Amino acid sequence: MTICRRLLPLLAIAAAGVAQAAGITVHDARDRDIGIDNPARVVAIGGAITEILYALGFEDRIAGVDSTSLYPEAALHDKPNVGYMRQLSAEGVLGLNPSLVLAMQGSGPKEAIEVLDAARTPLVLVPETFSEQGLLDKIRLVGRAMGAEPRAECLAGAVASDLAQLRELRGRVAKPVRVMFVMSLLNGRVMAAGRNTAANEIISLAGAFNAIDGYDGYKIVNDEAIVAARPDVVLSIARGQDSVEAEAVYAHPAFALTPAASNKAFISMEGLYLLGFGPRTAAAARDLALKLYPALAPQAATLASATLNVDCRR
Amino acid sequence: MSVVADGVRRPARSLRPAGPLIVIGLPILLAGAVTVALTMGAAGIPLGRLPAALGLSADQADPLTARDQLVLWSIRIPRIAAAAMVGGLLAVSGAVMQGLFRNPLADPALVGVSSGGAFAAAAAIVFTDSRIGNSLYFMQNELLPLAAFAGSLATTMILYAIASRAGRTSIAIFLLAGLAIAAIANAGIGLLVFVADDRQLRDITFWLLGSLSGATWPKAATLAPVLAVALVACLSVARGLDVLVLGEAEAFHSGVNVERLKRISIVLVSAMTGVAVSVCGVVGFVGIVVPHLLRLAIGPAHRLLLPASALLGAILMTGADTLARTIVAPAEMPIGILTAAIGAPFFLIILLRQRGLAGL
Repeated sequence: MTICRRLLPLLAIAAAGVAQAAGITVHDARDRDIGIDNPARVVAIGGAITEILYALGFEDRIAGVDSTSLYPEAALHDKPNVGYMRQLSAEGVLGLNPSLVLAMQGSGPKEAIEVLDAARTPLVLVPETFSEQGLLDKIRLVGRAMGAEPRAECLAGAVASDLAQLRELRGRVAKPVRVMFVMSLLNGRVMAAGRNTAANEIISLAGAFNAIDGYDGYKIVNDEAIVAARPDVVLSIARGQDSVEAEAVYAHPAFALTPAASNKAFISMEGLYLLGFGPRTAAAARDLALKLYPALAPQAATLASATLNVDCRR
Repeated sequence: MSVVADGVRRPARSLRPAGPLIVIGLPILLAGAVTVALTMGAAGIPLGRLPAALGLSADQADPLTARDQLVLWSIRIPRIAAAAMVGGLLAVSGAVMQGLFRNPLADPALVGVSSGGAFAAAAAIVFTDSRIGNSLYFMQNELLPLAAFAGSLATTMILYAIASRAGRTSIAIFLLAGLAIAAIANAGIGLLVFVADDRQLRDITFWLLGSLSGATWPKAATLAPVLAVALVACLSVARGLDVLVLGEAEAFHSGVNVERLKRISIVLVSAMTGVAVSVCGVVGFVGIVVPHLLRLAIGPAHRLLLPASALLGAILMTGADTLARTIVAPAEMPIGILTAAIGAPFFLIILLRQRGLAGL
């Protein structure tokens, strides 16, 4: 134990020294400088990271992904899966013999992260901030960790251009609607997204208000608060069969008293696309904006997504 | 049959001085708790506007009145009704179980009836999302309460089968097997938590903490006949439970069909708990605290204890639910947190008292 405690910092310094010689150092979510030797075998933990790696043309360097890496579909078919990002097994990750682990902030459990740290495998926890800047930073950090800053700059530029177009589109919204994001509707209990959630940010990126601003995160919302929040639209995710269904929302006694039910306004979108905060986020926000404001369609038709058309793979 | 002739203390004589006060006071307290519950909520309806919002006064000019009426009648009132009835069911099932086990600390949660229901509900949450459960998905909203009810009943039946032999049921084995079944059910819940995704995990957690969110008229309408039938049935075993305090052999010699009494009580407790769990998830400590408090005030006679438990359970649950849906509005506090926060200290006090009585 004592030997371990004394040795670990030495090993960490030694590892960092080698990496700095190779020239790549990144600053991660834990406020640490992580040195990277050789990003040849990467384990990607978090759907957005996998998406970014594919967009940058690094699929051959991916040694494994986690179960939230649902896009592109090839990721889950072709790559070994280390399980759910919050329930990682250190042995499962190390068994893939990675030279770099890129994990979204929030990956865990803490013990597994500590073991990975101790194993001298560079582990970069990528900060998760649900904002335009957070998205661009995420792309640049992944690119830098892979030693491919020009490719990351290319992708970040395309995403930034999409976000700018989106901002212009938002500017044309005359009367923002109130949207409530429903994560689940189970036995009459409604779990809705509050502040500091991906759903909250995507709603404002699409030029709307989150009707629930009284709490942080995803929580069971009080039925009367639903009536008081007066959502114009209910938004949810469609993931095969476990989606929230429009009819269940309209029939719910609280939603029945809101404009959303009287206008039959229910939108569902694919989960990772809508909430993933990866390269496709601007496109997802634009899709949502068009569903919320069909009048914007003529303007939107003239825009082309830079991210979906650009090739940043070399 | 005269109770005195059996040589058993007449229940009425065990009325403590607080008895009459409690008998009159509880209905008044319940009316008060319901009134407070009616006026509090995320959509504010102060006492002054309440008559109009209930549709009782002629003053319908206020434009808010229409909205208030909808909120009250379609959301708040069914929920208050459900809270009160769930509280009554939990408290009465606790009282019956304590009488049956002759143990003031018995509670349906202790013998795994609630855990079995919770395990089945968690399984319903996880498997309706999976390939196996897709065919059942269309009935997900009905499936969850049904699963919870079936899980509670199945747990009791397994326990009963384990504890019964040659027509006799050992209450001690029932209790011990219940502890083991609760542990197994909790392991099963742990496994489901492990395989659940983020959204299912949140749903399971909220289910385990209990909540009356989503209590609608149909659910309140299901609870009402169950509570009525259960109360009447419980009163029919009240005298038997009184006599059982003396011991099984003594009760048998006093003319009580002890095996029948045990069977009926076990079925009643599991049905009441199962229905309560199916409506609001797992809510602990109401079943322990309420009967115990009342026994201190009005004595152990079940003919009085059972209806008083129903009333006090309803009062506590109405109050706890009012807090649950207002203190963190627009979100909801799971009611299980509140009942445990209030109930667990009581449980400790009861334990300390018993330690004192035992001379330790």
